[in-house]
Amino acid sequence: MQGEEIEDFGSAAAARRRGALSALGMPCLVLGASYLGFGALIRESHLGLDAGLASSIAGWALPGQIVLVEVIAAGGSVLSAALAVLLTNARLLPMVASLMPILRAAESGKPRLRHYLIAHLIAITGFAIAMQRAPRMTPAQRLPFYEGFAVTLWSTTILATALGFFLAGVMPRPVTLGFVFLNPLYFMLVFVADLKHRLRAWALIIGAVLGPSLHLLSADWGLLATGLIAGTIAYGIDAAQRRRHPGWRR
Amino acid sequence: MNVWPYLIVGALATYLWRGLGVLLSGRINADSALLRWFTAVAYAMLAGLIARLIILPAGPLAHVALWERSAAAIAALAIYLLTRRNIIFGVAAGTVTLILCLQF
Repeated sequence: MQGEEIEDFGSAAAARRRGALSALGMPCLVLGASYLGFGALIRESHLGLDAGLASSIAGWALPGQIVLVEVIAAGGSVLSAALAVLLTNARLLPMVASLMPILRAAESGKPRLRHYLIAHLIAITGFAIAMQRAPRMTPAQRLPFYEGFAVTLWSTTILATALGFFLAGVMPRPVTLGFVFLNPLYFMLVFVADLKHRLRAWALIIGAVLGPSLHLLSADWGLLATGLIAGTIAYGIDAAQRRRHPGWRR
Repeated sequence: MNVWPYLIVGALATYLWRGLGVLLSGRINADSALLRWFTAVAYAMLAGLIARLIILPAGPLAHVALWERSAAAIAALAIYLLTRRNIIFGVAAGTVTLILCLQF
């Protein structure tokens, strides 16, 4: 990258601590607020706190967790729940596939247990921040940084699920709605920084335009179609521009 | 109603994608065309999801008017850019705008 300094934390342990510190602050605040909402949703859907905690621990990815609760509340079948969660969470595959090579740049060979474990904690917040910051870190410190970041964020959301469960109905309605809206606002602003990358910029812009339109066509398949269509168009534009300016790497 | 089968299926349906992602990442060359395509698909899906959450939200936000959600999003973006890309100020401005819209 042009003139950007390499971040070196000194050791893997220091990188893990810095990752944890980076999560405390906006990421924990925003995602914590969203999980307060999830905890309240669990209570309002007449589910137990154990179900809410199990969901945040074992099925950590908020859009899929909300869809699951909606299917349960609507009395849908287990099969329909599986399909709804699969379609909602399909984004996790390209996210993990594109972030993992950056996190394990220091090593080669097949992925190990450590990589399969940390993949459980790859979700939007960590993905967005690691895609921006990790390429500038010393390769051997990227995975420890991410582990510190993601474990801190995950623990916060588990606590927030419980807190939200107990606070359900206590907070004024406009404040609850403001909390729920924090999440998309935060991600929108985080992704503004990615507009300087040509490939990501095209994918973000075309995806943002297609997403709502295709959702209207099919609430189930819209998001998957958005990813495949907008992603492929963005890839094509980027590839064409690469051929025209072979020296320009971005 | 026993919710545990749902929770187990939900967890498996979530991890399946992540596990497959790790498996694939072991076979993709860093700096390859395939990796760029995966990256593009990931960002497109995330942008599509976020745009949908703002423009066509489900749940309690569906009852908030589109203009109120748009006003909050524009306020967040404007304050973020005016404060030299300070995310805290941007998010706070958007949230306060939404709450004020709902109060008055």
